[in-house]
Amino acid sequence: MAEWIDACAKDDIDAEDVMRFDHGGKTYAIYRSPDGEFFATDGLCTHEKIHLAGGLVMDDIIECPKHNGRFNYKTGVAKGAPVCVNLATYPVRVQGDRVLIEI
Amino acid sequence: MNNIVIVGAGEAGGRAAIALRDGGYTGRLALIGEEVHAPYERPPLSKAAIVEPDEPRPTTISGGDRLGELDIERMTDVAVAAIERAERTLALSDGRRLGYDALILATGARARSLNLPGGEHALTLRSFEDAQRLRERIRAAERVIVIGGGLIGLELAAAARTLRREVTVLEADTRLLRRSTPEILASAVEARHVREGVEIAKGVRIERIDPRGRGFVVHSSLGSREADLVVGGIGALPRTELAVAAGLAVENGILVDAQLRTSDPDILAVGDCANFPHPLYPGRRMRLEAWRHAFASGAHAAQTLLGGDDAYAALPWFWSDQYDLTLQIVGLVEAGEAIVARELGDGATLLFHLDRDGRLVAAAGLGTIERIGKEIKLAERLIGRRASQSAAALADPGVNLKRLL
Ligand SMILES: Cc1cc2nc3c(=O)[nH]c(=O)nc-3n(C[C@H](O)[C@H](O)[C@H](O)COP(=O)(O)OP(=O)(O)OC[C@H]3O[C@@H](n4cnc5c(N)ncnc54)[C@H](O)[C@@H]3O)c2cc1C
Ligand code: FES
Repeated sequence: MAEWIDACAKDDIDAEDVMRFDHGGKTYAIYRSPDGEFFATDGLCTHEKIHLAGGLVMDDIIECPKHNGRFNYKTGVAKGAPVCVNLATYPVRVQGDRVLIEI
Repeated sequence: MNNIVIVGAGEAGGRAAIALRDGGYTGRLALIGEEVHAPYERPPLSKAAIVEPDEPRPTTISGGDRLGELDIERMTDVAVAAIERAERTLALSDGRRLGYDALILATGARARSLNLPGGEHALTLRSFEDAQRLRERIRAAERVIVIGGGLIGLELAAAARTLRREVTVLEADTRLLRRSTPEILASAVEARHVREGVEIAKGVRIERIDPRGRGFVVHSSLGSREADLVVGGIGALPRTELAVAAGLAVENGILVDAQLRTSDPDILAVGDCANFPHPLYPGRRMRLEAWRHAFASGAHAAQTLLGGDDAYAALPWFWSDQYDLTLQIVGLVEAGEAIVARELGDGATLLFHLDRDGRLVAAAGLGTIERIGKEIKLAERLIGRRASQSAAALADPGVNLKRLL
């Protein structure tokens, strides 16, 4: 059963940045887009399981810190070598100053 | 153009094939490789393939599973023996002949062998099969001697040490990683190896390697050292023999122009075997042995053949993993004259290399990936901007590099 989990405060993430969130033995990445919207994906790159939260967010793209694999964090779509497997994404809801993700 | 042949099915050749089809090329396309595998990634061979408990398998290059769907004639386990330019024909090692309109040479490099008595006893690493053999031999060994403190030698030393082998690195030079890495970071890498218990000796002249029992004795200016396994990591040589025999211009790699054409405009060269100019570093030529260059130059050659006129301009970039440390270098360190250091915490460092005009021309980071990953990406974008940067801002970890963009 999917449930909504409180992941962080809005202010925990700068605009156009990403944060790691661990829950229930899994790791996620929570993003804040340049225009302030929040998104969530699996936390590990689909290439070699590196934490994407150490990567760089530019516009809609998260670039993996390890080998620069790129994903659109809004859709999870892999955008360029060496990654070719898409990232899972999760619904996000903002409640007051908290960010919730449905997992 | 209706008949393109690619020689060499590694990262660069495989990438060129995929990019040609993705770019709309519908003519005949052949990809010839002497290895039996589909194009695979080499970087894991000196890292995960050695240390991971599971038996390694070749990691097909990204998108490589599509090669089968893209109407590409894939010839594996066969080498191109000669290029007959006058007839625009290739002679294959199995006697077949194959015509071409355009040719992409993506023949890569080979590990340099040790040119001294008994040098053949030192195992080198280039292919998946080399990695399988090294994996078995390292696991069976107690004492490992690595000759050469370059990237692959040090990665293998780290892998062997991670598996708790006794490891000695013998380096001829007075410092490690001279070709690739600024001295400050090379010293930090060395210190880490020493802390892990690797013995590192520099300025060592190797004289010969003798078999003894089931192992070897390495005779050098240090005296005689026994080991169960000797590994050679003394660099790679571009595979230019086809190009030389065909009369193409070759000098530390196959010489290409900004569009990656060789001295014969119907033949292009990409990846480790090519020597190319770069618009960000005028007046220089370079040959890179790095994954990104293989990928990007392969894709760029496809664009050139599809009618593009852009100069190849991917920034040089490589990484190396040793223990939990990542080394990443972007740009061309030699083009810099001054160094500004930015301390990122937990011992992680980012060095900015600035040219005479204060422009950032390279950045080199060492630390955990969490510490350096994002910063080096921002540095890369700053290099692309070609603007002069304030040394004070670069050095201050409190200044978000994104603001300098
Ligand atoms: C062990 C190892 C670790 C590495 N680690 C890193 C790293 O951490 N980071 C990084 O950035 N880079 C790394 N690299 C470098 C990177 O892997 C190479 O730059 C890249 O593989 C070059 O691709 P290429 O296609 O030019 O050449 P290759 O991958 O060498 O492919 C060339 C292919 O052409 C074939 N060939 C050659 N001649 C012929 C012929 N006449 N006929 C038919 N086939 C032919 C060869 O057999 C080979 O399969 C590493 C390399 C090695 C070997
Ligand atoms: S681990 Fe993310 S691109 Fe390789």
